[in-house]
Amino acid sequence: MAEDVGFDSQVAAKMVEELRSGFRTGRTAEYEWRVTQLKGLVRMIDERETEIVDALDKDLKKPKMESFLHEISLVRSSCLMALKQLKQWMKPVKVPSLLAAHPSSSYIVSEPLGIVLVISAWNYPFLLSLEPVVGAIAAGNAVVLKPSEIAPAVSSLFADILPKYVDNSSIKVVEGGVAETTALLEQKWDKILYTGNSRVGRIVMTAAAKHLTPVVLELGGKSPVVVDSISDLKVAANRIAVGKWGCNNGQACIAPDYIITTKSSAPLLVDAFKFALEKFYGKDPQESKDLSRIVNSNHFARLARLLDDDKVSDKVVHGGQRDEKRLFIAPTLLLDVPLDSLVMKEEIFGPLLPIITVEKIEESLDIINAGAKPLSAYLFTKDKKLEENFIKNISAGGILVNDTTLQVASPHLPFGGVGESGMGAYHGKFSFDTFSHKKAVMSRGFGGDLPARYPPYTPQKQKLLRGLLSGSILALISAIIGWPRIE
Amino acid sequence: MGFMESVELDSLVEELRNTFESGKTRSFAWRKAQLKSLLKLLEEKEEDIFMALHKDLGKHHVEVFRDEIGVLIKSVNYALDNLKSWMAGKKAYIPLAAFPSSAEIVPEPLGVLLLFSSWNFPIGLSLEPLIGAISAGNAVVLKPSEIAPASSEFLAKNIPLYLDNKSVKVVQGCQKVGEQLLQYKWDKIFFTGSSRVGRIVMSAAAKHLTPVALELGGKCPAIIDSLSSSKDRQAAINRVVGGKWGSCYGQVCIGIDYLFVEEKFVSVVIELLKATIKRFYPKREYMTKIVTKQHFQRLSSLLKDPEVAGSIVYGGSLDSDALFIEPTILVNPPLDSEIMTEEIFGPLLPIITLKNIEDCIGFLRGKPKPLAIYAFTHNENFKKRLIAETSSGSIIFNDAIVQYLCDTIPFGGVGASGFGQYHGKFSFELFSHAKPVLRRNFWTEFTFRYPPWDESKLKFMRLLYRFDYFGLLLLMLGLKR
Repeated sequence: MAEDVGFDSQVAAKMVEELRSGFRTGRTAEYEWRVTQLKGLVRMIDERETEIVDALDKDLKKPKMESFLHEISLVRSSCLMALKQLKQWMKPVKVPSLLAAHPSSSYIVSEPLGIVLVISAWNYPFLLSLEPVVGAIAAGNAVVLKPSEIAPAVSSLFADILPKYVDNSSIKVVEGGVAETTALLEQKWDKILYTGNSRVGRIVMTAAAKHLTPVVLELGGKSPVVVDSISDLKVAANRIAVGKWGCNNGQACIAPDYIITTKSSAPLLVDAFKFALEKFYGKDPQESKDLSRIVNSNHFARLARLLDDDKVSDKVVHGGQRDEKRLFIAPTLLLDVPLDSLVMKEEIFGPLLPIITVEKIEESLDIINAGAKPLSAYLFTKDKKLEENFIKNISAGGILVNDTTLQVASPHLPFGGVGESGMGAYHGKFSFDTFSHKKAVMSRGFGGDLPARYPPYTPQKQKLLRGLLSGSILALISAIIGWPRIE
Repeated sequence: MGFMESVELDSLVEELRNTFESGKTRSFAWRKAQLKSLLKLLEEKEEDIFMALHKDLGKHHVEVFRDEIGVLIKSVNYALDNLKSWMAGKKAYIPLAAFPSSAEIVPEPLGVLLLFSSWNFPIGLSLEPLIGAISAGNAVVLKPSEIAPASSEFLAKNIPLYLDNKSVKVVQGCQKVGEQLLQYKWDKIFFTGSSRVGRIVMSAAAKHLTPVALELGGKCPAIIDSLSSSKDRQAAINRVVGGKWGSCYGQVCIGIDYLFVEEKFVSVVIELLKATIKRFYPKREYMTKIVTKQHFQRLSSLLKDPEVAGSIVYGGSLDSDALFIEPTILVNPPLDSEIMTEEIFGPLLPIITLKNIEDCIGFLRGKPKPLAIYAFTHNENFKKRLIAETSSGSIIFNDAIVQYLCDTIPFGGVGASGFGQYHGKFSFELFSHAKPVLRRNFWTEFTFRYPPWDESKLKFMRLLYRFDYFGLLLLMLGLKR
C-alpha cells in the first residue's frame, strides 16, 4: 500500500508543491507526455484486467460482465478516443475577427489548468477514478487521484499498479478517508472533480471557494422513469430492469430510481418486471452470480430502513427478502407508495423499485418537477407529443427516451448534472474541455488605428465610434480613408 | 442606502420562480422582445446614462459610449442575430453499442439567476451578463453596485419600464442586501468584482450547490519589446496609454497594471508616454475620477512607501478634494511593495526593467494568473513562447482592452482571475444547461445485453466495444468461437 503514514495537511502541501514545480517545467503540457500516459493506462487495463475484475468482485461482488461493460471497457474506449483525437483537440481554433479591430486575428488556445484533484466514488470505483484522470491527462494537467475508501481493494490496486504504468511524478494516488480528503481539500488546486453525494459536494465546493478553485460536481438524485401505456411493456421492463439491477444492483447515480405509470398499466408492468427478474436472476436471486451485493452494512441498514417504513409495509409486491450477513437485498418492487414515504424522499441507491401510479400519464411531469433536478430522466412512450413535452419541461442532467443508462456510454454526449444533481460535465471531448483553460488570443497589427479611439474626445469622434460599433460599412470606410495616423 | 426587508425579497424571489416555472421566459418570442426592448432602452436613454456615469465617475460621455453603450448595442444585436441558432439543438454522434438511436444536445435555461455587477462599468457590466441570461431564457435578479449609486438608480428606474417586470428585477442596496440575496437558492450566480468578495459569493453558493461564474481581476502586465519603426512605437504607446488611463482611468479589470521594458529602452518609452499623456489628456475632463475617497486613500497609500515614492518619474500629485490623482509613472518600485503585489486599479503605472525582455516569462510564472497579458512585439518566436509559457484569461498582441469588444472569443479569467467565460455565444452557454437527449426505438433488441451473463455474451460485448464489425458478424453467424 502506498499510503503515507499520517497524510496530513503538511504532507499534502508538500506533494502539491512538488506537482506544481513539475507542472511548471512544462512537461505535462507536451503532446508526447500525454500520449505516453494514456498508452500506459491502456496497457495497464490490458495487462491487469483479471486483477481489476477481482478487486471489483472483492469490493462490490460486481458481476464480471458489469466490470467489463461498465468499468473496464468504458475507460479503455476513453483512452483510445483521447489518443485518436488528442492532436485535433489540442489545435488552436481560429475564430472570426472583430471588424472594429481590423486588422486582427483571433483564436482560442486550450491550455492545461495545472494541478487537478479527482475524488472518486465507491460504486464504479475503477471508472469514476480513471475516466476523469484520462481527461485531466489529455488536457495536460498533473493529477492527484483520491479513490474511495469504501472500495478498498480497488483503491489499493490503484496505489499499487498505477505508478507502474504512468509518470509517478505528475500522477499520484492518495488513499484514505475523511482525514486524508480534508487534508487534500485544504490545498490550492486548479480544478477539482468530485463524484459522490450532495452533502460532501457542498463540503468540496466550500473548500474550493477559499482558493477560488472551479469544481465539477457529479452528484445524484432520484432518476425517474415514466412508463406510458404502451404495448411493448416487456421491452420497457427489460431495459429498466437491466438499468436498475444490472447496474451495480441499483447502486448507480443514473440507475432508474422510481417508476411513474398509469393505474391501468401498472399491473401489467409489474408482471413484466416479475418476468424479467426471473429470467435475469432465476427463481432465487440470492443464488444468482449476476447481482452486486449491497456495498456495506451502513448502506444495508439505510435500505432496510426504507423497507421498514410503515408507509410502505403493505406495498411490496415482489421481493423484499434480505440477508444481512451476505449484504443481500432481493430485487424488490413496491406498488403505489405514498409520495411522502422515506423511499420517495431520498435517492434509493439500491435494489428497491417503487412504482407510483397516476390517472393520466401527464401528471408524472408535475410529480417529477416537484422534486430536485435529477441526473437522468427516462421516458418510455410512443407518443411524440408526450415525448416533446417531457424533453422540454423536465430538467435533468440528461434524458433518455425508450431506454435507460446508455447515455453514459456515449463519449459524444456531455455527462453531468444540473441543480442538485451537480454542475459541470465530462466524457469524451467534454473531459478535455473541462480540464482546459480556453485562452483567447488576439493579435493585431500596428496600423489601422482609429484616432476616434483616443482622447481628446470630440463629437466627431463619437459619431465615428457609433458607426463603427454598429458595424456600419460606411463608417468603417470613412475611418480607413480618413486614416491619418496619429503623429 | 437602506436595505430591502427580507419579506420583500422573499416575495420577489418567489415571483421570479413562479414566472420561470410558467415557462414564459423560454419562448423565442419573449427573449427576442426583451432584447429588442433593451436596445430601445440604450438608444432612448443614452443621455440619462451619460448623466449617471458622469455623476458616479466623472466619465466623459464619449468614453461611456465607446466602452459601455456602444459595446452593449453591439452585443444585443449579435444576440438577436444568433439567438435562433443558439437555441436549436445540436445533433451528436452515437457509437455502435447504443445502436440504433439518435442523440442531440438541447440547451435549456437554468432558471432564476443572480447577477452582481461592478461599479467601474456600472451599466456595461450589469447589462452584458443580462443579455446572456435573457438570451438563454432565464429569469434574473440584477444587483448593481452601490458604489455607483446614480447608475444603480438608473437601472432600478428604467429596467422595469423596458423589460418584463415579472422576470427581470433590479435590487438596489448596500453590502447587506448582497448578503441577503446570497441566502436564497439560485440556479446560477454571476459575479464581477474582487477576489475577496468572490470567495464569499462562492462559499454562499456552495450551501445550495449553485454554480457560479466569477469575473475577478489581477495585475495585467503589458510587455513592450523593442520596436524599430518609430511609427509602430508611437502606435504601441498610444495603445498603452489608452490601455492604462483610457478606460475608467485605470480602474478596470483588463486595464494595463504595469509594464515590462528592457533597460536600454526605458527612457525612450518614458518620454513617449509623457508626451502621449499630455496630448491625450490636456484637460481633467477626459479623465474619469477615482470612484470613492476610500479608493483614493488606498491609491495614495501605495505611494507613501518612501522607496516607491522615490521611484516616481512622472506625475504623483494628489488632489483629495477632487479625488484626482495625476497619471503617474514609476520605474522599478520594490517588487515586494504593495504597488507590485496588489492590483493597482488606478492611474499609477510601474515600469519594471529587464536586461532581456524575454525574462518577463520567468517573472510571470509563479505569479497569480491575470485576466490578460499584453505584449507589443514583432517577434513571432517571443509571441509563441508567451502563449505557451504563460497563463492568463486572454493574451493580446499589440493592443490592449480591445478583446472586450470581440464576440467570438471567450471573456473570463483563470486561476486567481476567476472562472466562467462569457460574451457572444459563450454568454448563452454560460447561462444554459446543455442537456443531452438520447432516443431509442423499441424494435431492435440486443438480448446479450441482459443477464444471465455468460462467456459468449461477454465475447460479443467485447467485440461490440472494440467496434470490430467483422468479428461481430462471424460471431452472430456462429462461426467464431
